[in-house]
Amino acid sequence: MSNPELRQRPRLAVIKFASCDGCQLSILNLEDDLLALGQALDIAYFPEASSAMNAGPYDIVLVEGSITTAEDAHRILSVRQQAKVLITIGACATAGGIQALRNWGDIEAFKQAVYPRPDYIQSLSTSTPISEHVHVDFELWGCPIEKGQLLRVITDLVAGVQLHLPADSVCLECKRRGNVCVVVAKGMPCLGPVTRTGCGAICPAMGRDCYGCFGPSEGARKGPGLPPNTASLARHFHEGLQLIPVEVLRRFRGINGAVDPFRNESTVWENKG
Amino acid sequence: MAMAGEIGVLPRGDFQRLLDALNAKGYRIVGPTVREGSVVWETISSVFELPIGWRDQQEPGRYRLEQTGSPEIFGVVHGPQSLKPFVFAPREPLLQIERSKDGFATHPTLPQSEKVAIIGARACDLAGLATQDQIFLNGAYRDPYYAARREGLFLVAVNCTRALNTCFCASMETGPRAKHGFDLALTELDDQLLIEAGSEAGRDLLSNLCLSRGSEQLSAEAATRVDACAQSQVRRLDHSRLPQALYDAHEHPRWDEVAGRCLACTNCTMVCPTCFCHTVEETPDLSYQHTTHARLWDSCFTQEHGYIHGKNMRPTIKDRYRMWLTHKLASWIDQFGASGCVGCGRCITWCPVGIDLTEELPALLTPSEQQSTTSRRPEAAGG
Repeated sequence: MSNPELRQRPRLAVIKFASCDGCQLSILNLEDDLLALGQALDIAYFPEASSAMNAGPYDIVLVEGSITTAEDAHRILSVRQQAKVLITIGACATAGGIQALRNWGDIEAFKQAVYPRPDYIQSLSTSTPISEHVHVDFELWGCPIEKGQLLRVITDLVAGVQLHLPADSVCLECKRRGNVCVVVAKGMPCLGPVTRTGCGAICPAMGRDCYGCFGPSEGARKGPGLPPNTASLARHFHEGLQLIPVEVLRRFRGINGAVDPFRNESTVWENKG
Repeated sequence: MAMAGEIGVLPRGDFQRLLDALNAKGYRIVGPTVREGSVVWETISSVFELPIGWRDQQEPGRYRLEQTGSPEIFGVVHGPQSLKPFVFAPREPLLQIERSKDGFATHPTLPQSEKVAIIGARACDLAGLATQDQIFLNGAYRDPYYAARREGLFLVAVNCTRALNTCFCASMETGPRAKHGFDLALTELDDQLLIEAGSEAGRDLLSNLCLSRGSEQLSAEAATRVDACAQSQVRRLDHSRLPQALYDAHEHPRWDEVAGRCLACTNCTMVCPTCFCHTVEETPDLSYQHTTHARLWDSCFTQEHGYIHGKNMRPTIKDRYRMWLTHKLASWIDQFGASGCVGCGRCITWCPVGIDLTEELPALLTPSEQQSTTSRRPEAAGG
């Protein structure tokens, strides 16, 4: 039985690295379920929500954000030591995020261009996902995460059930919703066919093309299966939809651009451009 | 006046009368409506919500609507949806499950049967529905959820007088004329529609409309247009050597070639009027005392579909495309006595990269020098 009253409530911490806080806000957006969540869990450390910040160790640690400084590269090690189960939330923590575009740029030039005193800025030249630094038990994709997926993962953790979320393409959910395909009917370069489901196909439902914020579908790092066929979709963007190589590159080098096979596909089209 | 079993003539300008008659019988009326560059089924009350003057152009991986300015009501042949979503719902809650002291209790959540009149089903759609009926209703396990949704349908078919570039129903012998499975069938002519009843409910409605009788000349003209539509189809699927020829092509190198293009995105199976694969999903509450047990559309192109007890039987896209096409065109015949393809062409149009089974099949049935002589050789890329 998993009645939370019969045993100690799991201690939860929510810890932030380089990120916009949007995924943490998704937790607070679980408005209808927050009371139940507070009863099921001991929310021990969640500075975004409460000034009561209790020390670890924690049963569940949700990590938002990527590693972009030497200090954070050390801090994530101690976070891992405090965590029984460590779950990344969102594209930054899971894939490096939009800030991983710096991985292809010149960090010194960026500092010079943006800051009056660039010498004050201590930053790594790369943004990397949490899994490149410590073992991650489960990853939640999305920019931001889908709050229903988060609730499901917490529900399963509290009940002691093996974590599982679908890794199918966005198209499956898009068709279940009865959306009209924006690639076929509008010629838009939608990443849905190679992007992981979970968002509810919200962009195509609004007549917009998916930009891959949930990362690659099945076969992505830390998932079973083979990587999605980005090569075929990219070829169609170029030959069928007349995107020039740099445009194809930019489709794949976005919020999840630092994770394969999106990373590799963008490199292929960089070399053609 | 048109009597039961005869053909009535409805002036195009009076089409609303048909909708009003259905409405008076208590039907919710559903018809194709223009949305996001295509047509989707929506509840309608007025003829003006139908895609008057629009025409669809379809080709592999491409769909475009154009406004012709004509008064034609049924110029759009079809959109991505067949009749499938009305009966085999994309997401069907099956059970509510509650924990109890001694285990758990289940409460089925059967959908309410609703009277729905669908305007504008095509012959291929009716053929797809007949195939789904065979799967969900006529086998050993009658599906009560499907049955409840199916029960209340009133089908107003439209005989096709214009073939799309992607249509091949003539070669599958499912169209373009609606032969059975409809309550009413329409043929749209220049300024009138011929209406034929195909069921008791259809005859009843037709007699309520008090239409004038269609002349033999009009019937002949309608037949000529439907025949011309069949003749004009540029695609065909030669199934004369199926199923065996496709089984024999199991090791054909073309499977690798098509797998290089296939995205395994599931679109072909989602738009297919006959594909019936589904998965079940639990949505428990936080206390794990209650869960909703629901059925969702699934596809043989997903990674999990091929997963059984520690092994994925279809790890590669090649495995999955081969599984789909072989089932659809070959083993379906062994399983159900007929092809799983009705020739609607949706899988061709709605494939984002335009893979065309009417091209793939002949390529697969053409002997290749590279073809392996051993049958059922283990896959190179195993899982």
